[in-house]
Amino acid sequence: MINRFIPLIIVLGLFALFLARMNSGENPKELDSVLIGRAAPQFELASLQGGNPPLTTADLKIGKPVLVNFFASWCVPCRAEHESLMVLAGQYRVPIYGIAYKDSPDRSRAFLTELGNPFSKTGIDQNGRVAIDWGVTGVPETFLVDGDGIVRYRHWGPIVGDGLRKRLVPELEKLR
Amino acid sequence: MAGEIGHFSLIWVLVAAAIGAVLPQIGAVKGDTRLMQLADRTAYVQFLMALAAFAALTYAFLVSDFSVSNVAANSHTLKPLLYKISGVWGNHEGSLLLWVLILTLFATLVSWRGAKLPLRFRARVLSVQSLLVFGFVSFILLTSNPFLRFDPAPFEGNGLNPLLQDPGLAFHPPMLYLGYVGLSVSFSFAIAALLEGEVTPLWARWVRPWTLLAWVFLTGGIALGSWWAYYELGWGGWWFWDPVENASFMPWLAATALLHSAIVVEKRDALKSWTVLLAIIAFSFSLLGTFLVRSGILTSVHAFAVDPERGVFILAFLAIVIGGSMALYAWRAPKMVPSGLFGIVSRESALVVNNIFLSTFAAVVLIGTLYPLFVEASGAGQITVGPPFFEYAAAVLMSPLVVALGIGPLLAWKRGKLPKAMQIVLPALVVALIAGLALVWSQSGGVVMTAFGLGLAVWLLTAVFAEIASRIKLWQSPGNAFGRLRKITRAQWGMSIAHAGLAVIILGVTVSEAFTDEQLLVMAPGDSTMVAGHTFTFDGVAPVAGPNYSAVRGFFTVAEGDDFVTTLLPEDRVYSNPVMNTTEAAIYPLFTGDLYAVIGEAAGGNRWSVRLYFKPMISALWAGALMMMIGGLLSLSDRRLRLGLPTGRKKIAVKESV
Repeated sequence: MINRFIPLIIVLGLFALFLARMNSGENPKELDSVLIGRAAPQFELASLQGGNPPLTTADLKIGKPVLVNFFASWCVPCRAEHESLMVLAGQYRVPIYGIAYKDSPDRSRAFLTELGNPFSKTGIDQNGRVAIDWGVTGVPETFLVDGDGIVRYRHWGPIVGDGLRKRLVPELEKLR
Repeated sequence: MAGEIGHFSLIWVLVAAAIGAVLPQIGAVKGDTRLMQLADRTAYVQFLMALAAFAALTYAFLVSDFSVSNVAANSHTLKPLLYKISGVWGNHEGSLLLWVLILTLFATLVSWRGAKLPLRFRARVLSVQSLLVFGFVSFILLTSNPFLRFDPAPFEGNGLNPLLQDPGLAFHPPMLYLGYVGLSVSFSFAIAALLEGEVTPLWARWVRPWTLLAWVFLTGGIALGSWWAYYELGWGGWWFWDPVENASFMPWLAATALLHSAIVVEKRDALKSWTVLLAIIAFSFSLLGTFLVRSGILTSVHAFAVDPERGVFILAFLAIVIGGSMALYAWRAPKMVPSGLFGIVSRESALVVNNIFLSTFAAVVLIGTLYPLFVEASGAGQITVGPPFFEYAAAVLMSPLVVALGIGPLLAWKRGKLPKAMQIVLPALVVALIAGLALVWSQSGGVVMTAFGLGLAVWLLTAVFAEIASRIKLWQSPGNAFGRLRKITRAQWGMSIAHAGLAVIILGVTVSEAFTDEQLLVMAPGDSTMVAGHTFTFDGVAPVAGPNYSAVRGFFTVAEGDDFVTTLLPEDRVYSNPVMNTTEAAIYPLFTGDLYAVIGEAAGGNRWSVRLYFKPMISALWAGALMMMIGGLLSLSDRRLRLGLPTGRKKIAVKESV
């Protein structure tokens, strides 16, 4: 009579599954980006610094990996990850393009003046249209784009804690 | 001071639970009466100490003692009194404490009402219950202590999630917990039976009222939750097949199956190992729900703050409790030999059919809920399993159940008298019905399904009345029918009312899904629109200040023809602590359905986006759930079923033959 073992076997199987999922370290709220392995969406955004040329898709195809960071002055996690962005720009010498998401230019400028500006170029996405094309689910979100303009990695949420060293930097090193 | 008293009491619960889990069990093995009697005393101590701990936490919330970190994180001085109290269980730590309180309460009730249970059996039941308490209290003390202090204490608390600041939700968790935890009694009875190595009809007689009690609370808890979703989330839906909703629905399905299979054990001394397994499964589903909410492995609107350490602890606890009981089952199940037999066409068979469909449905809901985990674990990407899957399963599995439900109560016990040919075609009929339904459902939406749903509801209602009519011989001898009506036992009324409640729910679901009139539009003051024969006129908005929120209130005048019906005042609230936006739908229930209005964002130029609905017969959902609860309570109040009052089998047999 093997039947009586079936419930036990099912239960053990489920526990193995739960354990595996808990140790995977993945956040179930984090959705996979469909952009991975595809060309970055076309866009052209007015520069945050008046008079400078706009931020466009062409800026992404410069033969070396770049980061695209969606941020907003009203977003508290953005404030938290700002230090990581400064480290990336300074220590790792990677060009970062900032996209100010649904924010007034004045406030975005004040935000960067207060905390320092890690961005080599900054565009204004005031109505959030470009963010929709990129499939941004919330700010901050950071995309790693290779030298040919292909999106290679998306960092969901703020780059804080060991997220910089353990997740973003290894992806960056892979492309270099 | 209250914090320390609470903490200290909780440690006492742990000590008493440890004693109560071990010594009575040893006593039961050795036949030591004194050790076995400890089970009762430790149960009382656990309850009193848990009550003290809960009271201490409640006090801390009432006086806004922000030096207690749990209060600081979840309360606020400006919060209305009701929500200060409901804030006690509106968070992870406090809700666990409530869970423990209810667990000890049920153990105490078992000890009190079960005075007539054989001492050895009672000792075993209570020691299993103590083991559960021990597990939960160690969880609280080690990972989720609500009595931890903040030093220095903050001046103000963080406040409670505004979505939870609602009368419906103040009582939803306690109700649900009474249901979840009530199933622990059935579980403890099942484990005790496995340890004893026998399941008797008397066992089923003890288990059934406890299961019924838990089931009534579970029904109420789920209904309250869906009612809250309906009026608070503001888009007119009432069930989302969210993982945590499913987590409450699965134990409900299992408990419903258990209620029915226990009848077969009681009457026919059959289905024994299945019933024991169901009792274990029902409570395991409850525990699974707790795990899913707190481990963070699934996304859900209900998720508490996620902490991997907690998740691992609960998983280990679940592995011990569920894995251990399944292992015990595998070892002892062969001892449960059925003695009674019944024919293919009989009430017992109908109950088996009920069990097959209910447990299949529970299994399907389980698979649907966990399927995203399987897929992700196998590395095949991310998926979500949405309402279409569950609705399809519900239609396919519940329709034949409802058909069978109409016939079941009409069949005689042991050997019913459907014509012989019918006996043979019945299984074929069921299979054909399922296949046909699957096809109909996949090929057509709309009218066919609506007609089908209505047909089911009417079929079930008619069958319930036909059953009562045949019981009182309404057609054969109408003269004495009224006299016979008075002789129907409360348990029988309970069954009929609960079954009719299901019919009412099906009616509500079908009609409200099919005939809802919905308008999403932008309105300026003075605009009016027609929704299902009612004229909604938008009179404008006004700001409103509440105790801990500010709101925009919309004014709608509703008229039918020239007759004024009501004014609807939906609000769009912004709470201050924490800052959060909620919608308060305005609902006016008419006999035929609900008028439902929601005010959304300002669209510029003094225009507002609004949503207006007419939801016909939606109240039937909750009326049906209420009928189920009333049915359950009526059954419970029946002398024969009263908690822990086992009567001899012979006496019952006599009553049945009357």
